[in-house]
Amino acid sequence: MNIHEYQAKELFAQFGVAVPKGVAVTSAAEFDDALAKIDTSGGIMVKSQIHAGGRGKGTFTDGFKGGVKFSPTKEKALENAKAMLGNTLVTAQTGDAGRKVQTIYFTEAANLGKRPDGRDDEYYLAILLDRATSFPVIVASTEGGMEIEHVAHHTPEKIFKVQVDPAVGLQAFQARQIAFSLGFSGDLFKQCVTLVTKLYQFYWEKDCAMVEVNPLLVTKEGKLLALDAKVSFDDNALFRHPDVVALRDLNEEDAKEIEASKFGLSYIALDGNIACLVNGAGLAMSTMDIIQHFGGSPANFLDVGGGATKDQVTAAFKIILGDANVKGILVNIFGGIMDCNVIATGIIEAVKETGLKLPLVVRLEGNNVEAGKATLAASGLTIVSGDSMADAAQKIVKLVNAK
Amino acid sequence: MSILVKEDTRILVQGITGDFGARHARLSLDYGSQVVAGVTPGKGGQVFEHAGKKVPIFNTVAEAAKQTGATVSAIFVPPPFAADAILECFDADLDLAVAITEGIPVRDMVRAKRAMAGRRTRLIGPNCPGIVTPGRGDKSSGGCRIGIAPGYIHLRGNVGVVSRSGTLTYEAVWQLTCRGKGQSTCVGIGGDPVNGTSHLDVIKLLNDDPETDAIIMIGEIGGNAEVEAARWIKAHCKKPVAGFIAGATAPAGRRMGHAGAVIGGAEDTAAAKIKIFEECGISVAATPSDMADALLRIWKG
Repeated sequence: MNIHEYQAKELFAQFGVAVPKGVAVTSAAEFDDALAKIDTSGGIMVKSQIHAGGRGKGTFTDGFKGGVKFSPTKEKALENAKAMLGNTLVTAQTGDAGRKVQTIYFTEAANLGKRPDGRDDEYYLAILLDRATSFPVIVASTEGGMEIEHVAHHTPEKIFKVQVDPAVGLQAFQARQIAFSLGFSGDLFKQCVTLVTKLYQFYWEKDCAMVEVNPLLVTKEGKLLALDAKVSFDDNALFRHPDVVALRDLNEEDAKEIEASKFGLSYIALDGNIACLVNGAGLAMSTMDIIQHFGGSPANFLDVGGGATKDQVTAAFKIILGDANVKGILVNIFGGIMDCNVIATGIIEAVKETGLKLPLVVRLEGNNVEAGKATLAASGLTIVSGDSMADAAQKIVKLVNAK
Repeated sequence: MSILVKEDTRILVQGITGDFGARHARLSLDYGSQVVAGVTPGKGGQVFEHAGKKVPIFNTVAEAAKQTGATVSAIFVPPPFAADAILECFDADLDLAVAITEGIPVRDMVRAKRAMAGRRTRLIGPNCPGIVTPGRGDKSSGGCRIGIAPGYIHLRGNVGVVSRSGTLTYEAVWQLTCRGKGQSTCVGIGGDPVNGTSHLDVIKLLNDDPETDAIIMIGEIGGNAEVEAARWIKAHCKKPVAGFIAGATAPAGRRMGHAGAVIGGAEDTAAAKIKIFEECGISVAATPSDMADALLRIWKG
């Protein structure tokens, strides 16, 4: 689960991680009050709150440029905030449709900028799981403010990593290693050790999937601040963090994916025209692959889980049919334990209930498969049966391309 | 022989009184597997009955193992308590813990995996279909079925199968069985980012198993476990290996974190993994329908 930057910073502050002071609001009527609560003497950052990166370089659909803007005065901040709120921001990560900005975050911008000694003042810090070792890893770099993938590709020597042994947690020497690797000394060194320690505590206690601070910034006054914050949580651990669940913003999630999750379906929309409905994540992924292999284009990932009940199949068909691009459906069920005849009956009822008119190819395999196929054939519906995954994929591609 | 489990392996089921655990305990008993104990804290002394078989229930794994000689646990405990169930298997010095549970918090698994270091217990999973060593009876009955795989699709033979995905494993197994090629042992290592046993661990076991003559390895996008296994296969594996990678059409960035790409590097994608498989001499299945045939192109059985 993802949260907004302002929510992440509120959590950071709770854990003692230094952030610029800020106020988030959802309506223009609150702008004045919000700006009155912070120190605007050194200018204000006006930040669109959406769950996607690249906001600063993004463009709104009405042509307004920049989803994150430094505003030297209150008046300019109001002007920028009004231009952003309710507007749709398109960034490198949102896709062409963009995301509607429903929250504006004002933060104090005093003392930002280059340090007096001219040294680069932006750093990178992230904590996530290293899958190779199954240990949390802290990633730090002196190259803040740019894409970490870019740094990793061009100057990998500027990325420093520390693996944290979960048996003992983050050790003081490891926090010092990070601070030394970033070139800090004196008071900034101490601030960095504290910040890394508290950030790790936050990552671990709140079951984060990833915490990313980019940039981590040194102000002109010599304070180390998390200027941006990107946080995601492990969905499996949400049951023990009701405070985190309360931060969920359904506006940022795909309505069809939310609907699907109510029926125990895992659904991800793609841009093709052949929908698929499959049991099991691996089989669902490879069903998409085989559609493409035979010249088609998958419209979605849809895993109905271990079973495939009539209610689930009906819900799945409704979600699939909500996508206007869909021109045909491939159902691929390996009914290892479940009775294929029960699944076939469910499919027929779902077709009748949804009034499905699109080409439908069903590939059933497993327990009592002959009875299942006979039930489909006797239904009087134009359901095409596939004998193998390859056969089924070729049939649906042919039917859709013939239209 | 086989790997990890044999027909006579004695199995205990943690969570045998829950719907999910009970259902699959019954299916394993029907298959002829030696389910000898159940564990549900607080229900010790009760008996799980199915088709005339009586399975005693114990409060603790240690007690169940001591009283019944069970050496392997099948874990069907709900996610919030599953890591605790896994740690209890380590404490009882079982040979093997097979965690079927889906949805265990990553932090719990990070701790459990760390606690596994230095212990004799091997963990398979979590979020996996389990292990099957097929039997020699009708529709492979009499084998050792631990987990949720359909037993009847198997056939006893000489192909080892390792996969993260349940249904893709069944797909591969069924293709083999339909072509008259049986399996030595099929292992689902699970789809979670932190798991107890890797592709490579299983490949090494299959390579050393005298009954296994050939291997199918099924992987997917994310992480570098398949790549690690492929490189080892090129250097050390004596047996023909076929492979398949799911996720060629998966949208980038949907499950990978932003900084995850730094850790995983460029070997995360299906295309990259397939290329490495080919370089390592693995016969790659172009589609999931082609898994058994990909093996039969390089192995006559």
